[in-house]
Amino acid sequence: MSQAERHPVSAPDFMPMPDLQATQLTRLQQIVGRAFDNVKLFRQRMDERGLKPANLRSLADIRRLPFTVKADLRDTYPYGLFASPMRDVVRLHASSGTTGKPIVVAYTKADVEVWASVMLRTFAACGLHSGDIIQNAYGYGLFTGGLGAHYGAEALGATVIPISGGNTERQLMVLKDFGVTAICCTPSYFLHLIDHAQTLGINVKDLPLRAGVFGAEPWTENMRQRIEDGSGIKAYDIYGLSEIIGPGVASECSAQCGLHIFEDHFLPEIIDPKTLEPVPDGAEGELVLTTLSKQAMPMIRYRTRDITAFITEPCPCGRTIRRIQRIGRRSDDMVIIRGVNIFPSQIEAALLRVEGTLPHYQIVLTRVADLDQMEVQVEVTSAVFSDEIRVLEELQKKLVHSIEIITGVRVAVRLVAPKSIQRSEGKAKRVIDQRTL
Amino acid sequence: MPCDALAKAGINIVTLSLADTEQFGILRLIVEDWAKAKTVLEAAGCIVKLTEVLAIELADKPGGMARILDLVDRAGLNIEYMYAFTEKRADKGVLVFRFADPDAALNVLRNEGVNIVSPVKLLNRA
Repeated sequence: MSQAERHPVSAPDFMPMPDLQATQLTRLQQIVGRAFDNVKLFRQRMDERGLKPANLRSLADIRRLPFTVKADLRDTYPYGLFASPMRDVVRLHASSGTTGKPIVVAYTKADVEVWASVMLRTFAACGLHSGDIIQNAYGYGLFTGGLGAHYGAEALGATVIPISGGNTERQLMVLKDFGVTAICCTPSYFLHLIDHAQTLGINVKDLPLRAGVFGAEPWTENMRQRIEDGSGIKAYDIYGLSEIIGPGVASECSAQCGLHIFEDHFLPEIIDPKTLEPVPDGAEGELVLTTLSKQAMPMIRYRTRDITAFITEPCPCGRTIRRIQRIGRRSDDMVIIRGVNIFPSQIEAALLRVEGTLPHYQIVLTRVADLDQMEVQVEVTSAVFSDEIRVLEELQKKLVHSIEIITGVRVAVRLVAPKSIQRSEGKAKRVIDQRTL
Repeated sequence: MPCDALAKAGINIVTLSLADTEQFGILRLIVEDWAKAKTVLEAAGCIVKLTEVLAIELADKPGGMARILDLVDRAGLNIEYMYAFTEKRADKGVLVFRFADPDAALNVLRNEGVNIVSPVKLLNRA
């Protein structure tokens, strides 16, 4: 890749390591100070450890700091982790929590600008430029995917089509008629699109489409092959999470081998999820991220529950910011359906809210025509059973609606006979994932 | 299997109806000893609900059912479901009706001279 191709905003990607580390340390000290002064929960935990921001003298000292976990966002819902007053918060987004309530994330104007810049760096790493026509099929709304990609694409100077998700036929009409050169969506949705294109007689390989920026769910090399062979485009993996910023935490580059973390903004660690100690460089563990520049909601040592490893070899693209392996699995029970995070405990909250008690249930995940399908099987109890079909059908509709309210996703609910869901001695197997990626 | 459980317990099914949707079915049974049947079926792992239904006798000839339905319609009674007894008795047939309001239906039908068959009579014949 030539110098001329490099976008000015991508300069930090190529920073010499000593400069990068110096920047990280300065920012880390600032952010810890900011959280210490403004975030009650963080202050409490630091006080418990007898720690002050001044104790942070080197990057290695980060290990002395307390972790942040998803439960902290749940417990302080909605605004308890904010470090800025509401008048400085210009944006709120929400993502799946583990209960009936979502987790809330906040941005100041400066945070929105940082977000746009890391998404710009993401697009640049994927070979996109200001001349591209980008179809943004990530969901717009409370989820961070749509607006995150949008602001980055606009900052890039590209032509952005804010089509959001769904309505496959319309997506294909736009893809074909608007001369789209790059698309952003979940990888499974893109596979679904190209399958459907065939039935409409559209050959995606003949279109000007040349790149896909895919994320929000885990996907395999095998799926990448199918995407690239089926469409003739280059398929790039990107990574992010709402708690940290949204999309824009890490991205593949032209090498398509590992994702570069924009570590001047997001300091990564990889720990053993059992001992909580850092693992040797290159070994697998849980990714922990610290935001180095977020004002509204700084996150210190946030445990992502994503399992990955640092790639220690230097990348052919020349970037010095470290790479992580593509994320394959998690260390908790969260699943991702069409890019949406779902916790079994959310399903439980949804069932409880309709029936008053928790029936035996099981979540079955399949992939049909490249689209994730989720079926929640719920055992009928004597309390809800009726001799009338109508009553049971109403119950089923209520359950579907309740799950949709809590998760944002419309899933299938199947009422099953009592005792038909396998009981287990120990922890119940809530999720049967039959998808092969 | 519910039918096995009933068979083993020596409980005879008088009549039945299976209502099905794409996903599940509801088996409606009329048995002699409904209390015993409930215990047996629950022990076999089934969910059981007891429902009050009316057994209505009508003429076993064309128009027999139409007459009953006409009465029901004019009285504004809501039928949740209905099915027939398999049993044939002389020139009469018997239908099982599940009314939304069984007591109201009972009054209306009795006033019109419709014969509501009592359980004892029904089961003796069955």
